[in-house]
Amino acid sequence: MAETQVLEKKEPTFAFGKSERKLLTDPLDDNNPITIQVLGICSALAVTTLMFPSIIMAIAVVFVCAFSSLFTSILRNHIPKQVRMIVQLVIIAFLVTVVELSLKAINYPVYKQLSVFIGLIITNCIVMGRLEAFASANRPWRAFLDGIGNGLGYGVILIIVAFIREVFGKGTFLAGTPIEAKLIGPTGEYFINTAESSWFGWYTNNNLMVLPAAAMFIIGILIWIQRSRNPKLVDIS
Amino acid sequence: MELFNLFIKAAFIENMILSYFLGMCSYLAVSKSVKTAIGLGAAVIFVLGITMPINWLINEYLLSENGWLGMDLTFLRFILFIAVIASMVQLVEMIIEKFSPALYTALGIFLPLITVNCAILGGSLFMVSREYNFSESVAFGMGGGFGWFLAIVAIAAIREKIQYSNVPPALRGLGMAFIITGLMGIAFMSLLGIDPATLSNN
Repeated sequence: MAETQVLEKKEPTFAFGKSERKLLTDPLDDNNPITIQVLGICSALAVTTLMFPSIIMAIAVVFVCAFSSLFTSILRNHIPKQVRMIVQLVIIAFLVTVVELSLKAINYPVYKQLSVFIGLIITNCIVMGRLEAFASANRPWRAFLDGIGNGLGYGVILIIVAFIREVFGKGTFLAGTPIEAKLIGPTGEYFINTAESSWFGWYTNNNLMVLPAAAMFIIGILIWIQRSRNPKLVDIS
Repeated sequence: MELFNLFIKAAFIENMILSYFLGMCSYLAVSKSVKTAIGLGAAVIFVLGITMPINWLINEYLLSENGWLGMDLTFLRFILFIAVIASMVQLVEMIIEKFSPALYTALGIFLPLITVNCAILGGSLFMVSREYNFSESVAFGMGGGFGWFLAIVAIAAIREKIQYSNVPPALRGLGMAFIITGLMGIAFMSLLGIDPATLSNN
């Protein structure tokens, strides 16, 4: 699935043609990092109980992915093959430190909520995987677009999962932001909603959705939907 | 006894995979047969047990404000931790190759893979954010590694059996692995009933 071909054609450096657009849109569906390439599930599913931290996490991953691809691609002809992993890790760790410190300064509550998971972007396989598979063999502009695309592909799944878990698990939408909305049931008391305390009386918050297991089921079902829509992606083994 | 409680808690109640999703990539990729799963699980226990105390020492004596350097260098934490993990994995690999070639061939490519296993870095970061002391960090590392080992061996055994079942084509492989992991997570939740405090009182 992953494209590794070297494309060094004579074209303007910042061209944005069909193949560049494909770099951005491919990871959103047919080559999604989570559901197809199975990369980067590690660090982030634990944050998907609420939408707002997930959106922050998605932005952080897009940033790290895009700029680590860019830097690796710029340096690709100067890094010796034997130490490339360590150089890549240092680039990623540097960017993640930047993200961590900025988040700590800008929004401390969300920083607390995400706790170690921002740091775990370092070992997020998407970043490393794309550096190995794409950025170390392509020119900076294309590598940058590929990084953005894969970060977005990851973010889309994250936000879908977080949406389902927040709406059905806690009955809120974008809790913690100014546009927070209560959709179903009361908010704030996560585990003690009884039928009479619920807003409409017909829905009690589904505690299963708050459990880690729910994220697994939702991703499993997303994979199911995606693969039944596109039989080419079905796992033969 | 406190340490044993922490071990139990890290292994069963706060299982690295089933409640924090750490190390999912290698967990999904290497869980097709029980034999390789045991190899990778053992390597993870080993590396977690070694890197946690080392990272604790680095965090306490090198990076913190009261350390030897007397400067707050915590912003270097990520880079140093990942460097320690990468070099420890390399070292462990060399030692095993020297003293036990049989184990080395059994573990094969899994040893280098552990560097980018989120469970290892995650363990060190949890240790920092929960402010464990030295012996607690050892117990947490061993417990976390053991829990990871249990989870990967269990799913490998299930996936070996499920090959013979009639799963919808679109769900085969990856999709099914996710759903099984979810079910395993629910099964592990029954262990939430274990109260470490009562264990130590008896």
